[in-house]
Amino acid sequence: MTALLPRRGLAQILALIVILAVDRVVSPQFFDLRLQDGRLFGSLIDVLNRGTPVALLSLGMVLVIATRGIDLSVGAVMAICGAIAASLADSHGLPVVLAAALGAGLVCGLWNGFLVAVLGMQPIVATLILMVAGRGIAQLITEGRIVTFSSPDLVWLGNGSVLGLPVPVVIALGMLILTGAVVRGSALGLLIEATGGNARASELAGVGTRAMILSVYVWCGVCAALAGVIAAADIMGADANNAGLWLELDAILAVVIGGTSLFGGRFSLVLAVFGALIIQTMNTGILLSGYPPEFNLLVKAVVVLAVLLLQSPKLSGVAGIAARLRRTKA
Amino acid sequence: MRGLSPALITAIVLVAGFAACAVQFPNIASTRVVGNLLTDNAFLGIVAVGMTFVIISGGIDLSVGSVIGFTTVFVALAIERWGVPPLVAFVAILVLSAAFGAAMGAVIHVFDLPPFIVTLAGMFLARGASFLLSTESVPITAPIYSTVSDFALRMPGGGRLTAIAIIMLVIVTGGVLLLHLTRFGANVYALGGSRATASLMGVAVGKMTVKIYMLSSLLAGIAGIVFSFYTSAGYSLSAVGVELDTIAAVVIGGTLLTGGQGSVIGTFLGVLIQGLIQTYINFDGTLSSWWTKIATGVLLFAFIALQQGLVALARRPATKRLGAAT
Repeated sequence: MTALLPRRGLAQILALIVILAVDRVVSPQFFDLRLQDGRLFGSLIDVLNRGTPVALLSLGMVLVIATRGIDLSVGAVMAICGAIAASLADSHGLPVVLAAALGAGLVCGLWNGFLVAVLGMQPIVATLILMVAGRGIAQLITEGRIVTFSSPDLVWLGNGSVLGLPVPVVIALGMLILTGAVVRGSALGLLIEATGGNARASELAGVGTRAMILSVYVWCGVCAALAGVIAAADIMGADANNAGLWLELDAILAVVIGGTSLFGGRFSLVLAVFGALIIQTMNTGILLSGYPPEFNLLVKAVVVLAVLLLQSPKLSGVAGIAARLRRTKA
Repeated sequence: MRGLSPALITAIVLVAGFAACAVQFPNIASTRVVGNLLTDNAFLGIVAVGMTFVIISGGIDLSVGSVIGFTTVFVALAIERWGVPPLVAFVAILVLSAAFGAAMGAVIHVFDLPPFIVTLAGMFLARGASFLLSTESVPITAPIYSTVSDFALRMPGGGRLTAIAIIMLVIVTGGVLLLHLTRFGANVYALGGSRATASLMGVAVGKMTVKIYMLSSLLAGIAGIVFSFYTSAGYSLSAVGVELDTIAAVVIGGTLLTGGQGSVIGTFLGVLIQGLIQTYINFDGTLSSWWTKIATGVLLFAFIALQQGLVALARRPATKRLGAAT
């Protein structure tokens, strides 16, 4: 567990506690939980449930960002995989549906990874291609309609419960543990960090940087596919236009809030998921407070700026600003 | 005129594409269609000029779509609700958007942050601010709007060169002159080539960064005004995702996303190619609009792969020399 939860997570945990406290003030029933039909209900569960897609995306995104990359296509991949799952749901069994959707995510990830690792494209550019084209492909699959389905198996993935917890939350938790076990239980995590820290030096030291980069994009694609299936299962349909729209930005934001630098290097899976929860807790808080949901964007912008300034390589405290201003003037 | 040879390829693609469309639908080859093409893509062309400067300098600006959205809402509310004369409203919004861009540029430079994430925050901020102003579509009924919409130069063959198309052409021409004939333009290329080298050569990197993002946001503001002329309304959800179309147009126009190379003419051609795809789909009638996205994606890939190949070719001798020296 020490490998999963580094000591540097204090700021994020404090931030989450503060936001939770604010939510409690805004909505006194925030911490109420009740058990109904063998399932827990309440705002806290709601935060976990709604935060699942971004949490899953951030699991893949944090690895990509650790290699100094970025994946803009995850929202589009969500739309593609949700569309595939929804169109197959009523004619095929759950294993086939899942295999097809996750397989599509894997192929998308492979494509991105190929462009970045083999062709050597800039990650922003390489993933921009799928971001633009992906939504078109998703609409091609759904033929421009909103495909609905009623397969109880797939609906269960979005709305069922296991041991009182919603299934999506359990899946996200399982993915977190699986990813953590793979990258931190072996040297993989270290090799990924080495690739992001200095790809050339790692290459010379014998790290297979290409394989590392390729595999993180593939993993990111699979995570996005899972998020897409869950999002589709949640609304019992696939909307190629809106599924996962702008979620790539939320996922990047979650990773940045989780303290992983966009310049690559050290990363933390748990804190990235914490970042996703922080974003969702803010969203839910704003909704509960009765402010229009449009405030979300403004609050997010302020949070991004605050986190950025804290992360800024050129800035350590107010003294840093003063010194820097003096230097620019001189 | 650096960076023009990739633009030549874009020009060839545009001409070949136009010819192919004209063979299938002879009506496409008329000044009427060309006039509409320019009018429909006027705002995109304007904002793409600013994006070209940003990308050549090695940055990126994700906030332009939101700035356009904010501008339309602000202009509509100022004219219709607050009773501000249109021209005053235009000046106010242009000052506001220029200040917004300058602030982003300053944050990028002073705190040494990636432009991607700073302008992402700017995108959230501008979109959120436009939601705060109004979440509904506000129609604009001021007389200047109908005057501008009605104004058009007749082209031979019945085509109309509308006022907003003329504004776009003027700005593209201005962008070409600014990029290729001024010290500012040369500095933009220098910054994109290498910040450190540019700084050592005496380019005021900080001032340039602020000015470049100011230019981009200012042009996004103008594009917003043009967009409000185009739709005669202000809506906070307008121009969502335009930043992507803009970046795509710039890349298809042969500008290197790593910076240091590119041209405004290429970008203009890139905008026209996107417009041509749209026009083809409209003419065909059976193809759905999502093919635009797929076709744009394929074109993006083709052009980026091409650039990658060209860059690799250009770098090869350099690494060989380096190997020989050591």
